[in-house]
Amino acid sequence: MEDSIYKIKIGGAAGQGIKYSGLILAKLATRLGYNIYNYVEYPSLIRGGHNVVQVSISKEPVFAPSQNSDFLIALNSDAIEKHQDELSEDSYIIFDNKNKVNIVKGKAIPIPLSKIAISAGGEILINSVALGATIALLSGDIELFKDLIEEEFLDKDKKIRESNKKAAQLGFNYAFEKFKDKIKKVLIKNNNAQVKMVVDGTDAISLGAIAAGLQFATIYPMSPIANILHTLALYQRKYKYIFEQPEDEISAINMAIGASFAGARSMTATSGGGFCLMTEGFGLAGMTETPLVVIEGMRPGPATGLPTWSGQGDLQFVLNAHQGDFVRIVLAAGDAKEAFELTMTAFNLADKYQTPVVLLIDKNICEHAQSFPFFNISKYKMDKGKITTEFSPKYQRYKDESDGVSRRTLPGLGNFFIANSYEHDTEGFTTEKKGEIKEQMEKRMRKLKTLESEMPDPLLFGPEDADITLVSFGSNKGSILGALKLFNNVNFLHLNWLNPFPKDAVSKRLEKSRHIVDIECNYTGQLAKLIRTETGIEINDKFLKYDGRPFFKEEIVEKINSVLKKS
Amino acid sequence: MTKLEDLTTKCNPTWCAGCGNFGIWGAFKNAAVEKGWDNTNSVLVAGIGCHGNFINFIKLTSFEGLHGRAIPVATGIKLANHKLNVFVFSGDGDCLGEGGNHLIHGARRNHDLTVLIHNNNFYSLTVGQTSPTAPHGFKTKSTPFGNPDFPISPITLAIASGATFVARGFAGDIPKLSELIIKANQHKGFSVIDVIQPCITFNKEFDHKFFQENTYQLENHDPTNREAAFKKSLEWGIKQIPLGIFYQEEKPDYESQVSQISEKPLVEISNIRKNLDDLFRKFL
Repeated sequence: MEDSIYKIKIGGAAGQGIKYSGLILAKLATRLGYNIYNYVEYPSLIRGGHNVVQVSISKEPVFAPSQNSDFLIALNSDAIEKHQDELSEDSYIIFDNKNKVNIVKGKAIPIPLSKIAISAGGEILINSVALGATIALLSGDIELFKDLIEEEFLDKDKKIRESNKKAAQLGFNYAFEKFKDKIKKVLIKNNNAQVKMVVDGTDAISLGAIAAGLQFATIYPMSPIANILHTLALYQRKYKYIFEQPEDEISAINMAIGASFAGARSMTATSGGGFCLMTEGFGLAGMTETPLVVIEGMRPGPATGLPTWSGQGDLQFVLNAHQGDFVRIVLAAGDAKEAFELTMTAFNLADKYQTPVVLLIDKNICEHAQSFPFFNISKYKMDKGKITTEFSPKYQRYKDESDGVSRRTLPGLGNFFIANSYEHDTEGFTTEKKGEIKEQMEKRMRKLKTLESEMPDPLLFGPEDADITLVSFGSNKGSILGALKLFNNVNFLHLNWLNPFPKDAVSKRLEKSRHIVDIECNYTGQLAKLIRTETGIEINDKFLKYDGRPFFKEEIVEKINSVLKKS
Repeated sequence: MTKLEDLTTKCNPTWCAGCGNFGIWGAFKNAAVEKGWDNTNSVLVAGIGCHGNFINFIKLTSFEGLHGRAIPVATGIKLANHKLNVFVFSGDGDCLGEGGNHLIHGARRNHDLTVLIHNNNFYSLTVGQTSPTAPHGFKTKSTPFGNPDFPISPITLAIASGATFVARGFAGDIPKLSELIIKANQHKGFSVIDVIQPCITFNKEFDHKFFQENTYQLENHDPTNREAAFKKSLEWGIKQIPLGIFYQEEKPDYESQVSQISEKPLVEISNIRKNLDDLFRKFL
């Protein structure tokens, strides 16, 4: 166990409940007063294929996955073969003693997993047996675990709850008796801890949207954002907003635009492929000056690419999508909490600037659960921007204004206007007059200037003065922060406002840097390209990854060491 | 009370003299005057094509969207404020070509919308290419050797997709078309009117005279009989173009099934949420 983070990996076949096991274990650890970070890897299959979850547990917040594990729960023999290298001599390996396994590293904990499972009700229960055994070996609270099973399966048959609880208890008893000498104090209740939720990025975005006053969401299912729609669909009656599943992403964005035009705070969400279809509607929101929030959850590659893996290759696409010039706001979250906060910000920006706002996240954020205290929403102030509910016979929807933002109104209040995808005059009538065309283009684009004045500076982590400055965006933040703890001469510039771009702040910071390393998950260094375009600063040292896996802390540490060695 | 002059805008129609769109324009304005549709209760959504210019010539709040995408925009508007009458103006290229998927699914979900398909068998704004309703063998700029495609029937498609009010009107019969528009709007659910209109510039085959001579009003037809409606929808030819209501069905519309808006429209429900602890607790 290094740097006080205890890492448990659960591996097995899809359909064995791997992700669920990781989540329930994470919730147990969180209720016992620890912080967690869950990392999942799985192929795009419903059954079969190798699934993995790593639960990292610590008294301190955990920001990122690790390449090593202290405990392996192998629900099939494949898991041992695949993850042996990630273990140390002290690591434990739980496996079914009916399987012949070749353990090179780590301590074997053979348990009759399937035999116990069958005695509790069926082979399907082996994950609960293994979790029960794990809880015994790590001094966890089996009663609390059984409460969690009860809660998680509340909507399921009572028989399912009882058999899972029985399986867990039998697994616990077996390990407790047979491996008494191996029990470690990892999950002893940490009494002084705050109550924490376990949420991933998709949960956080859903919560952020509800907190921000979401009224209408329409989302076509796609990995890795599908869980946003599950959550939003579930709570629509309680919080009185509407979720609708459209026929495609084209419909999704157009429906959201329609609802927003009619006065509802509206959003949609998709991944890169879906955003390709939304590109057309994206510019429509810009041209008609309709507020809109779009969540874009990145996965790697063009076309279908790698549906269940992570990437950051959509940055330049989102920055440039659609023909012509219009104002788009592009934000990017570094973790689930930032995703929550930026979702709320996005809704205000969309209303205030009457234009589309994209929140970029990557699969690592979407699906990797983290523990957080309850999010604070008491300080959130909904900003609906310039809007009138008064009737005025002289009303002009697109009146020229010095800040670029005209007063909006809603249909049904008596005011006449046209939201027109054609170039239009101040009332919205189609125009081809050069003076009016110029005025409207300049009015819309002026919003960018207004926006720049309220844009926050990017976040700097680490010392003001450093030998190396790391620049990155998105989920790399977690691994970078983890690595940063080991150095006192490295700092990190985390960019979460990408358009408009905080060019002055970034220029000032990077001009002071002795050595800059750009870190991102794509092939061409899209963030570095953006920085060069906006500031003229060329970053030569690019540390890029494009194999669908996240940056691990260990890789960042190694990179920093290699730069330090050279200088 | 809506008066005809209330609907006048500063723009003069830019359609060709004799265009069928004038008839649809007139029929809609007459219906608006009769029913009192104004900026407090109605909104129009249009696609792109000759029909789309409509919104410039009638003083009712409107959204002119993208080619083919009027139905999803209208769906969003209706869900956000179901008190509004939401009218969709679309064309044969707009609604059956580019936006065909939206017609199918809008109908399937039975949103309470009124969709007018300005059907002239042509892409006229782009100066004369074949459209999804153009007959087989039709010569256009894109089919100089005759159209190899067979036409789609908007009526058959609408019924099959689940539309609960399906009718055909003729741009040359303004009073009857007005009546259909009013009935379509009164119907709770997805209403489609296939409005046949001559394109006097490009469509030399289906001119005013052709439609006057070959259309007839549906009589002795039971619009609640889906099978009979399908049969009638396939009828097309000399003296064989039926006009009127092909199909009408009472079925819950989408909006009435959304319990959140059973008391008032979505935009009138407070969306200020000060405390979400109950929700956060679900994630413990």
